[in-house]
Amino acid sequence: MRRTTINVLAFGGGFVIMALELLGGRVLAPYFGSSIYVWGSVITVFMLSLSLGYLIGGYVSLRSPSLARFAALFVAGAVLTYPLVLYGEQLMQTVFEQIEDPRYGSLVAASALFMLPTIVLGMISPYSVRLMVTETAQSGRVAGTLYFVSTLGSALGTLATSFYLVLWFEIDTILLLLTGSLLALAGVGYAVGRMR
Amino acid sequence: MRIALVLTVALLSTPVHARLIHSETSLYQNILVTEEDSVRCMQFTVRKLQRNQSCIDQRAPKRLVFPYARMMLAALLLDPAPSNILIVGLGGGTLPIALSELYPNASIEVVELDPAVVVVAKRYFGFEPSEHMQVVEQDARVWAKRAQNNPKRYDLIMLDAFNGDYIPEHLMTREYLSEARELLTTDGVLASNTFAISRLYHNESVTYSDVFGPFFNLKSPDTANRVIIASRTALPDTAKLELAAKALVQPLKPYGVPIEDYASTMNTRADWDATARILTDQYSPANLLKGQP
Repeated sequence: MRRTTINVLAFGGGFVIMALELLGGRVLAPYFGSSIYVWGSVITVFMLSLSLGYLIGGYVSLRSPSLARFAALFVAGAVLTYPLVLYGEQLMQTVFEQIEDPRYGSLVAASALFMLPTIVLGMISPYSVRLMVTETAQSGRVAGTLYFVSTLGSALGTLATSFYLVLWFEIDTILLLLTGSLLALAGVGYAVGRMR
Repeated sequence: MRIALVLTVALLSTPVHARLIHSETSLYQNILVTEEDSVRCMQFTVRKLQRNQSCIDQRAPKRLVFPYARMMLAALLLDPAPSNILIVGLGGGTLPIALSELYPNASIEVVELDPAVVVVAKRYFGFEPSEHMQVVEQDARVWAKRAQNNPKRYDLIMLDAFNGDYIPEHLMTREYLSEARELLTTDGVLASNTFAISRLYHNESVTYSDVFGPFFNLKSPDTANRVIIASRTALPDTAKLELAAKALVQPLKPYGVPIEDYASTMNTRADWDATARILTDQYSPANLLKGQP
């Protein structure tokens, strides 16, 4: 039960990260265009944020790791994603006015919008490894399974967003769905953590 | 007998091969320059039947080879003497060159995303920037947003940015069209070369009508394009259009533009599904919609 829950949460985290990344390019296009450097900015910010998230997540997992704390990461991710809906436009307008070059404009805007939620979502991976590993001999297999599950989530998040979600919903609606999913996942994690 | 028939059909349907005189892959697209008889074309995909290419006939360099380019000039019926012209999308430079010949004193600004297209237009299509005609290499959306802060307004805007198969989706939303409308003078005219088929036709039509109200919708049976002509003020009636056409017949003759036909047939009839979703910055899956019947 506990294992399955952690896998489901890791899958959901992976899904949200890539859905968010794809929406990133969409959100920036009206202000900075959709040229290769805009995607360059988005991908750079996500990679950088994930790398920091992995690092921080690993350290955080040192101190009394639990499913409840793991679930708290999802709440934090949701809380940091929601402002995109509220303040995204204003922020991009400000950056657009301050920075003439759309390369650096998109880099700054992507950082301001996506860095914090992505760092937190990046913390999920090492933290889930910590929760699953019970013996050193099994650690590689456990980590491998978790990478498998979360990257599969990322693949599905990419596909779902680019093929269907943008055809059905507005960007803000999708962002709210992602926020809601993170909260739901947190709820599941917390509930399972409280059991027995 | 059967073999002979098959052979004949094969021979008849084999296209005369156009000579490839230039090809390059830019940051954004493939650019091909082909020549067949005297007609030289800029194409953006290798596929033969693509909806949008830009051609010049070297024997009659003024003649506009494609119906959409001729239809775009119907915008002149609403303003026969534009002095500030904005063109979004350079292609082979057909429209900018025609307008610079028709209005040598007008100021023409062209916004083109791909620097390679500018080079090819200069080298193979006789596009020559001058004091009156300038080209800016920038994303049209970014340019339009910056231009809002600029006092300059245009009495004619031509949107011709959809080359080849891929639509830049941020150039087909209500917000972008509002920005373009904002750049028009109070009685300015906007002409847009866009799509006549697929589900996108409906979404695009409701989007234009949301921003501009009624607009002229020009279609031609031999093309998958349609041209939208909209204005910031009320549109003229047929009598006024026909009157304006009289003065344009002579100047437009070398370009092969049947301006009187446009004047008498142009109408604002809404033949689309009015319940289609408006395209916005929040909802703009134009390329997905284009793929749906």
